[in-house]
Amino acid sequence: MSGYFKELISGTYSLAVGLGITIKYFTQPVVTMQYPMEHVKMTPRYRGHIELVRDEETGASKCIVCGMCQKSCPSGCITVAGKKPEGSKKKVLTTYRLDFTKCSLCGLCVESCKPGALDFSKDYNLASPRKEDYIFDLLKRLEEKS
Amino acid sequence: MNLQSEPVWLLVSLVAVIAFAALNAAYLVWVERKGAGHIQRRIGPKEVGPFGLLQPLADGAKLMSKQLLVPKGVDPVLFKVAPILVLVPAIMSFVTIPFSETLVGRDINLGLLMIFAFASVNVLGILIGGWGSRNKYAVISAVRAVSQNIAYEVPMLVIVLSIVMVSHTLNLNEIVRQQAGFFWHWNIFRLDLSLLMPVSFLVFFVCMLAETNRAPFDMAEAESELIAGAFTEYSGMGFGVFFMGEYANIVIGCALAVILFLGGWQCPFGVASGWWWFLIKLYALIWSVVWIRWTYPRTQFYGLLNLSWKILIPIAFVNLILTSAQMKLDNLF
Amino acid sequence: MSVFAESQTQETFVVNLGPQHPATHGVLRVKLTMDGEYIDRAEPILGYIHRMHEKNAEVGTWAQFMPNTGRMDYLHALAYNFGYSIAVERAAGIEVPERAEYIRVITCELNRISSHLLWFGAFVLDLGGFTPLLYAFDDREQLLDLLETVTGSRLTYCYYRFGGLYNDIDENFVDGSRAFIKRLRSRMPMYHNLVTKNIILMKRLIDIGPISAEMCRKYGATGPVLRGSGINFDVRKNEPYSVYPELDFDVPVYSECDCMARYMVRMDEIDQSMRIIEQALDKLPDGPIKPEKVPKLIKPPKGDYYAAVEAARGTFSIRLVSDGTNKPYRLKLRSPTFSNLSLYEEASKGMLLADALALMGSLDLVIPEIDR
Repeated sequence: MSGYFKELISGTYSLAVGLGITIKYFTQPVVTMQYPMEHVKMTPRYRGHIELVRDEETGASKCIVCGMCQKSCPSGCITVAGKKPEGSKKKVLTTYRLDFTKCSLCGLCVESCKPGALDFSKDYNLASPRKEDYIFDLLKRLEEKS
Repeated sequence: MNLQSEPVWLLVSLVAVIAFAALNAAYLVWVERKGAGHIQRRIGPKEVGPFGLLQPLADGAKLMSKQLLVPKGVDPVLFKVAPILVLVPAIMSFVTIPFSETLVGRDINLGLLMIFAFASVNVLGILIGGWGSRNKYAVISAVRAVSQNIAYEVPMLVIVLSIVMVSHTLNLNEIVRQQAGFFWHWNIFRLDLSLLMPVSFLVFFVCMLAETNRAPFDMAEAESELIAGAFTEYSGMGFGVFFMGEYANIVIGCALAVILFLGGWQCPFGVASGWWWFLIKLYALIWSVVWIRWTYPRTQFYGLLNLSWKILIPIAFVNLILTSAQMKLDNLF
Repeated sequence: MSVFAESQTQETFVVNLGPQHPATHGVLRVKLTMDGEYIDRAEPILGYIHRMHEKNAEVGTWAQFMPNTGRMDYLHALAYNFGYSIAVERAAGIEVPERAEYIRVITCELNRISSHLLWFGAFVLDLGGFTPLLYAFDDREQLLDLLETVTGSRLTYCYYRFGGLYNDIDENFVDGSRAFIKRLRSRMPMYHNLVTKNIILMKRLIDIGPISAEMCRKYGATGPVLRGSGINFDVRKNEPYSVYPELDFDVPVYSECDCMARYMVRMDEIDQSMRIIEQALDKLPDGPIKPEKVPKLIKPPKGDYYAAVEAARGTFSIRLVSDGTNKPYRLKLRSPTFSNLSLYEEASKGMLLADALALMGSLDLVIPEIDR
């Protein structure tokens, strides 16, 4: 019988403690961010989709068209092509296509890139109803950015 | 034209009661969502109107514009009747609630009895809705709702019985009138009648939560077990009416608690009594219902029955015995 | 139980719990044969999110499978990264620098806390309490922000590399981890007051859903399920890997075998993880995070290799078979939840629906990990 009353009292007390906690938080300021109105600033290491890095000297991409990124990609979403212009020893990038529908943002391509021509973008507002919007032409993006 | 003359007053009170119930249902959803939001440290509705105050209108418009879907295989008659069976008794009960000494739809001598009679119809609506849906989850939910209501009507009525014994009337307005004066005249503080009066208020409140299927006793809705329980198959306004009925029932339950225990429209200090005191007390209680919902996990079914039979009913009976003994002693000396 | 035994001859009905159901947290489908509200038979049906991870591994190179590991148990992705890294490092004989090991332990334990916090919220949500979920998410969000600053992603991390790490941690991360632990320590009493000591929750968990040690052995259950049945087994202690032997921590074991025991094991594990992180942060040595020489193309010698780690849900182990080429010949993944779910049918027999869902919640299921 004493157990019955003990449980009754301790149970009621535990319920009152619970109510106290929720009302305490009720009076405290909210912790959420109002997403479409406010935006989070991504950390420097945030891994968005990849981007080509501009060579500050030449103004063109740093890419040497070695194809390592294409090879290292687990999902095969990178297509790189380049050609040698007349009288040059180095290849010049002509196409860099990223199929973002398959990309898993693992970053193996960025790591495999010896000249450091790839970097992650900080872009995370990527929503579209059309599949084609996710096939990025990174070379074109690089030109548009300049 | 005299408002108080018979057919006019009937019409006026009917319209007023329906409007009050609908407005309450709409804005209690807002209170619920806003309250839940801030308890969980988010904002809650905020887009439609200032502080999201027009959100209920937007929700209502959305629900009304939706097709009244009657799924294949349901019992169409029962399926359509169920939401009405939940809402109508709740609205009917409002008629006898005394908002102030004069502001009452019908000052019926058997007001308390009438409210309890209609409250029992409400569970029938859920049963019919769940049964008519021909959904397994809905049937489980309907059965749960019924056994829950039976278990909780007993202690609730026993508690009410002790109040009725004290006040010698079933007229709600008269019960309130007897609690006039300072707040220690309210039934909840009448320790001279029975030492258990404050506890019996708690018992009544718990029973009220269980009767209205509110958390932590929302066994019938139990979204993590039964999806939406009896309302699983409902959409559009069918669901909306269920929702309104649920909130109207909460208002009725809280109003009853205010009238029976907290002095209804009486001012705590004996001055300037009126409908404003009734509403203040009513909404304070409703807020605590919301607050409780967002604090506790759901009880399990046998836990709920154990609570009723092992704790609430004994307390209710002890309270009844104490009260009657006290009254008898008063008569003796 | 007697109710169930008597009603064998009565009519039963079948309820499909899932693949879309609020309590199954994903695409688990459980075919329930019910006798009223009592469960006659609960048959989990798998395969709704099968993605052929094991076959995928055979197609790509060793390194290319790394992103996949984080996508099995998306809540404790780093343990899976960890397990795969260890397996391949053992196979290829790569030495891991000390600093990298410590950072691995720190991030892996942080990830374990985030996994347990989410489980805590989701479990209470299963029991009908909404608010603790949001409080737990508040804390978890701080943790994910912290991990994002070093790993670059918030959920499906791919942070470890063979022999080391993707990148180094900085002072901000160290300070941030200490601040987070301080914050979580101050929040744990609140969780216990709001949830653990709550009479409604105690009534719903104590003596509900018994899983005996015998049953655990029979089905190969591991992790908190096993430790909630009184068996002291933790891969971090029993088959030590990385720098865990140098760190002082306890393995919480409860022998009540009920849902409350499993709940308490996980809550205590959060405390223990915080202890591990604090020690590891204190001991964190300077140095490289990658070995001097990592072969560009990893070709482990021919053979059979095995590695196991303690993930948030139990023992995750990998068996590798290498044929000496740059691709795995065979990669077998042993995921803990699969075994933990296997005992569900036996354990839930004769239970009430609501209790059976509490039992399911206490198993801490992550469906993509079951199906792989």
